Amino acid sequence: MAAPVMDKQTAVPAAPTKLTMGKAINMGLRAAMERDPKVLVMGEDVGKMGGVYRITDGLQKDFGEHRVLDTPLAESGIVGTAVGLAVRGFRPVCEIQFEGFIFPAFDQISSQVAKLHYRTQGMLKLPLVIRVPFGGGVGAVEHHSESPESYFAHMPGIKVVSCANPVDAYWMIQQAIDSDDPVIFFEPKRRYHEKAEIDTEATPYPLFKSRVVRPGTTATLATYGPLVKTCLDAATAAAESGQDLEVIDLRTLSPLDLDPVFESVRRTGHLVVASEAPGEVSIASEIADRVQRECFYSLEAPVLKVTGFDTPYPPSKVEEEYLPDLDRVLDAVDRSLAW
Amino acid sequence: MSSPEQWTHPEPGGGPAATAAKPTPEQVIAGLRATNEGGAELVELLTPEGERVANPEFDKYVDDIGAEQLRGLYRDMVLVRRADREGNALQRQGQLGIWVPLLGQEAAQIGAGRALKPQDMAFPSYREHGVAWCRGIKPEQILATFRGTQHSEWDPVEHRFHPYTIVIGNQVVNAAGYAMGQRFDGKVGHEPDAEATMVFFGDGATSQGDVHEGFVWAAVYDAPVVFYCQNNQWAISEPTERQSRLPLYQRARGYGFPGIRVDGNDVLACLAVSRWALEECRTGNGPVLIEAFTYRMDAHTTSDDPTRYRLSDELEAWKLKDPIERVRVHLVRNGMAEPEFFEEVQVEADQLASELRAYCFNMPDPPAERIFSKVYAGGNPLLDKQRDEYMDYLAGFEGGAH
Repeated sequence: MAAPVMDKQTAVPAAPTKLTMGKAINMGLRAAMERDPKVLVMGEDVGKMGGVYRITDGLQKDFGEHRVLDTPLAESGIVGTAVGLAVRGFRPVCEIQFEGFIFPAFDQISSQVAKLHYRTQGMLKLPLVIRVPFGGGVGAVEHHSESPESYFAHMPGIKVVSCANPVDAYWMIQQAIDSDDPVIFFEPKRRYHEKAEIDTEATPYPLFKSRVVRPGTTATLATYGPLVKTCLDAATAAAESGQDLEVIDLRTLSPLDLDPVFESVRRTGHLVVASEAPGEVSIASEIADRVQRECFYSLEAPVLKVTGFDTPYPPSKVEEEYLPDLDRVLDAVDRSLAW
Repeated sequence: MSSPEQWTHPEPGGGPAATAAKPTPEQVIAGLRATNEGGAELVELLTPEGERVANPEFDKYVDDIGAEQLRGLYRDMVLVRRADREGNALQRQGQLGIWVPLLGQEAAQIGAGRALKPQDMAFPSYREHGVAWCRGIKPEQILATFRGTQHSEWDPVEHRFHPYTIVIGNQVVNAAGYAMGQRFDGKVGHEPDAEATMVFFGDGATSQGDVHEGFVWAAVYDAPVVFYCQNNQWAISEPTERQSRLPLYQRARGYGFPGIRVDGNDVLACLAVSRWALEECRTGNGPVLIEAFTYRMDAHTTSDDPTRYRLSDELEAWKLKDPIERVRVHLVRNGMAEPEFFEEVQVEADQLASELRAYCFNMPDPPAERIFSKVYAGGNPLLDKQRDEYMDYLAGFEGGAH
């Protein structure tokens, strides 16, 4: 993808500066809106307020109310009107305020967003993005901490990605907007404040590719979204006891890009998959299935999953127990290595 | 034979709130749960007896409709009905998996469809074969959906006619979004290229959340969209009484835009009211709700059996309001058409049916690769692999090895 063209008022400082993931997504949205006047941002409170997480802060002021829409408070309406706008030639970016509120839009996503291209055999394209803050660890009330990505990864016709760091967040949101396929863009809300340097002149990594973010030799950790940091921290801790863990950020959940995982497992023989979502019939399960088929003779232990439990999301005072953390990841690594 | 509507009166002091809408035991016994009376506010220009009645408000929207144009509307309705009956027959003969009849709704659909300008956009449900006809879609292009050779065959961009939407009500909110886009594109106003959108749905759909959300979105964004509800009295087996305690057109008031009820079996009135509503939308006074008050003369689909839930008395009452017959009577009585005209239209209709039939019999099944075709615009390597593996598997059967 070409580097975004920016005018003087909104230009990013040439020297790399440290930015939060939230700000990175904001800059990515801004860059996409500047490049293409058909890009719209729409959702609840995304305009004047800049979104409950301030991800769209300042966009309505700079691009106007017809490009940054404070919508009525109904998720099926947000996604359903975005479908009509996309058919009209716009590239809408919808914000669902919290992942637990996406379900009123599930019908539109499943019945229209995912199927119109196939239904019309390509005569209609649906270049829309649905941004969804997801995951727990923020001490919230019910419906604000869930990880529903497996539902959408199970849905043919849409693509699903999740960013895990500010650099990816900046590029991936722009690439998702450029995609002619509908993309659900999961943002790990408890990592919005993580900071990193962003070189806006760099060549971005492809959107639908997973990536080794820490090379290692002892065992492989495959994860995405909020747990990438958890797994990197686990790898740092494990290094003190002589374990050299490889960490793979999956980045794309549909289609899954597991070639780097296969390659890694063939070297290490051990795989632990980490995800906040309930583990049964999940993305983690799918990875375990694919790895046992592709790497059967390389595996020295079964693929282990470290996931949320198969319960509704618990009250926040016990979420630290529910969410996979560094210790649970390392415990799984130890169990795998001792198999 | 008629059954008065049993609506509530929500105004304070206006009467009981909910119970008044219940049909009386006598009405239930008589099978007259669905009314055939549109009420005092029904817009009608051509009576069931074929008499033209003056309407100071809407006459001007059809003052260009002379004998020739009226013959054209008649022809449209006859051809669409003939194609519809052929579709039904093809299903009965095993050529189609299912058919969704429009019988009885020809005027509602041709009136609305002929009111659309080429630049307007239409979003159908799945019964809009008459509107499709007006958008230049051939009846054979509709067969694919019901034979199972394609989900949707026509080009929605070329015809400005969205694919049939089967999930009830989804298209209403999609249409509201499209109309918002027309406004954002600066296509609302008094220029000749000003645009509007018309979305079609039924009485049952009015209970769907998406229809409500479509109304809300269109209202708050002043979207140029005409909500065209064909109230055919029955949502499969459920009468309108099970969807609403208020005449459907009156719901518009709650959203802050005009609602109007038109005789859905009167093609002239449907044309006039649709032209008015589309013009309101094109010039920035949208949205508008139209309730076309009509009747589903046939089953919901070929899989349905209406004898289980409604009596033939009701059907007989509505036959007297037939949308085609009243135009024929009007044309004949006013010397606007010769007998030869009606014969020619009948010959043309039979020819259309015959061609449709031949086309249907020769429709090829799609190849197995079709399963994997164009799921994504940008492709998907996992799906490519799945396809290749399956095609290899199939290739293993070639040459009679199995």
